[in-house]
Amino acid sequence: MKKMKWIVPTLYIIFLMLPIYWLLNMSFKTTTEIINTYSLWPQEFTLENYKTIFTDSTWYNGYLNSIYYVLFNTVISVAAALPAAYAFSRYKFLGDKHLFFWLLTNRMAPPAVFALPFFQFYSSINLFDTHVAVALSHCLFNIPLAVWILEGFMSSVPKELDETAYVDGYSFSKFFFKIFIPTITAGIGITMFFCFMFSWVELLLAKTLTAVAAKPIAATMTRTASTSGYELGLLAAAGSLTIVPGAIVIYFVRNYIAKGFALGRV
Amino acid sequence: MNKTINQKAWFFVVPVFVLVAFNAVIPLMTVVNYSFQETFGNNVFMWEGTRWFKQILQSERFHAALGRQFLFTGIILVIQIPLGIAIALSMPKEGPWVSVCLVLMSMPLLIPWNVVGAMWNIFALPEIGFLGHTLNGLGFDYNFTQQIGDAWFTTILMDVWHWTSLVVLLSYAGLMSIQPAYYQAAEIDGASRWSVFRYIELPKMKKVLTIAILLRFMDSFMIYTEPFVLTGGGPGNATAFLSIDLVKMALGQFDLGPAAAMSLIYFFIVLLVCWVFYNLMMKNEEQS
Repeated sequence: MKKMKWIVPTLYIIFLMLPIYWLLNMSFKTTTEIINTYSLWPQEFTLENYKTIFTDSTWYNGYLNSIYYVLFNTVISVAAALPAAYAFSRYKFLGDKHLFFWLLTNRMAPPAVFALPFFQFYSSINLFDTHVAVALSHCLFNIPLAVWILEGFMSSVPKELDETAYVDGYSFSKFFFKIFIPTITAGIGITMFFCFMFSWVELLLAKTLTAVAAKPIAATMTRTASTSGYELGLLAAAGSLTIVPGAIVIYFVRNYIAKGFALGRV
Repeated sequence: MNKTINQKAWFFVVPVFVLVAFNAVIPLMTVVNYSFQETFGNNVFMWEGTRWFKQILQSERFHAALGRQFLFTGIILVIQIPLGIAIALSMPKEGPWVSVCLVLMSMPLLIPWNVVGAMWNIFALPEIGFLGHTLNGLGFDYNFTQQIGDAWFTTILMDVWHWTSLVVLLSYAGLMSIQPAYYQAAEIDGASRWSVFRYIELPKMKKVLTIAILLRFMDSFMIYTEPFVLTGGGPGNATAFLSIDLVKMALGQFDLGPAAAMSLIYFFIVLLVCWVFYNLMMKNEEQS
């Protein structure tokens, strides 16, 4: 019984990898081959699809746009969430519980509800089709999440740390940046990972708020998808490439993933 | 932890408050505004009172979408939570395979949602997709673009593929926090595998499982992109969940009033369920 335990995770991982393999498989095929033949691996192996993406500016700009706003959003979210999470984890203040729940409600808000008003709002302040607009709009769900995770990590740091530092004559800002932040690096890393992830995977708002100049890769792909069928190989290659940034980021936080997904609350 | 009362802590919260309010309050007020008015464009609005709310609450279209949404969320919770726990229980607890498992299992979570939809579309196509081809080869009459049952099956399978890992990772984090002493004590008492699970592992996982259910409920209830790309809500309206229906109404037909009223009702339902879970979660935290 004990010996057979590995079967369950193995089967599960195979199930997870199958669609990803299929996408990779398609990305190395020509579109004619995809439509006309069914094969488990490419018969005429081609890199044409990838070549198109790396040479056509509408494609590679899509990637750059996505990376710009995702990084921008990650920085704003974490920077704003750090002091707030500290306040929630250390102090009681008027309306703290209500404020915390209100923040979370924004994580719960279906983006579909906000799509149209966001479009009008960001157009009216002349931010439509900019990276800033997407980065700011993603704060709607990333800031609450960042506060939530960071608060979890900060609460597990004993309060004695703060008190000792003050006794030793540290000012608040010196304590916060020199002692406190280094103690919760893992938590900050995980939070950045989550902000990156949720901003990277979101499409509805990113698509609604952009037209040309800041168009994310995901939206570039829907254009191909809607002219359906014709460029399946290209679509598969573009899709495969969107997996890369996530895979890179996850490698850095691999030792903290489990704790991170529990939002620091284990 | 003992927290001290300090009203100045508000200053720390101000940046977050401003940024979120900027994004949440102004657009939400726009929605509220539309939900009580009728417009024919050109910024001409007429007061309609609660007409749109009544219309939505009585419309069969909304009832159907809401029904589909609850059915979908219910099914995926019933599948993902037990499956996630089972996989977490059988994962290695130490050694080099832990990282391998964790990284590979997290992969689906990091793929943009429309790519997930597109990937499953290609994967499930009856002629050229692995899943579709295999199922048809086995003698099933499978075509998710034509048959309602197959469309549901594919959408649910896709969601299980996409999100079960989240439950696995959360449960695994909960399991890892159990000290070996508990297991040793259970062994001395001669506890069965079931009682170890029931009285040691499950209580320890309660906190993370509440988070898992909360997150899975929220996210599955607002699901849009994946089914939209996979089935486009079809065949017919068979997989048009709330968000898909809402976007169709707001951006497709530009029925702003009813769409806004529907948004608010939709948001209210999510809020209500999450409030219950949130209180459960806070109770769990106070206990520990």
